[in-house]
Amino acid sequence: MSAVHEGKKAGNREYCWRLPSDLGKIPQLQQEIMQLLQQNGFPEPDVFAVRLAVEEAVANAMKHGNRLLPNKAVEVALGLEDDAVWVCVRDEGEGFDPNSVPDPTSDENLERASGRGILLMRHFMHYVEYRDNGRTVYMVRRRVLASGSACHVFCVSTAQA
Amino acid sequence: MSTGASPKRRRLEVEDIGDVTFVRFTDSKILDEANVQVIGDQLFSLVDNHHRKNLLLDFSRVEYMTSAFLGKLVTLNKKVQQAGGRLALCNIAHKEIFDIFVITGLKRLFNIYRDEQEALQSF
Repeated sequence: MSAVHEGKKAGNREYCWRLPSDLGKIPQLQQEIMQLLQQNGFPEPDVFAVRLAVEEAVANAMKHGNRLLPNKAVEVALGLEDDAVWVCVRDEGEGFDPNSVPDPTSDENLERASGRGILLMRHFMHYVEYRDNGRTVYMVRRRVLASGSACHVFCVSTAQA
Repeated sequence: MSTGASPKRRRLEVEDIGDVTFVRFTDSKILDEANVQVIGDQLFSLVDNHHRKNLLLDFSRVEYMTSAFLGKLVTLNKKVQQAGGRLALCNIAHKEIFDIFVITGLKRLFNIYRDEQEALQSF
């Protein structure tokens, strides 16, 4: 598997993948995304964060969105910009209300075996937005600067997105 | 593509120290969605089939994990408690891994120790 589409927009690069609803396909996707980030100089905290968020989003899309049905696919798009990386994951399911997901950190839910993926995505990415009735999730991770803080420039463009 | 998900491959190194079973993960990057089922089954088997009830998991080699593995740990914690035992974690070397336990609130649920000496003394 490799990106099915690679494009360029104003110096920024975009990549797209289309995966069957098979969890076994995720490691290779991860490998390709990690390589792209490392080749483009993203530091380790960014690579870890994007890897984790993509895996959680794609696994949710396959399992809860597409119900692991082999005739339904998950599309992943990734954009590399100077100061940030964005990822868009889309499934072909019936959608859901992300606000209806119970708080996994509350005492009554702490011992549940699932339900922590969205929480991790929201923590490790700087911006997470569900669209199309929950079928699409759009996430942004701003590049960590040498000082350890995230780049501020992209805050403006994200807020306007 | 290699997922390394062969169910025959051992994912754990297991050592009995007194009545505590000390478990190390053999690979640093296996705790992803595709492999977590195999690792979970091997951990559960320690309790269900080998009747170990005090487990100490060493995270020193773990550089990556997802919510799927957290779910396995929650289930494992219930299993050892039902068996009258205890689950403890130690040597969480990577900041991001420790952060995951804090963010999810699971630091409140699990017994987390700095190293194996401190953890072993707690049993």
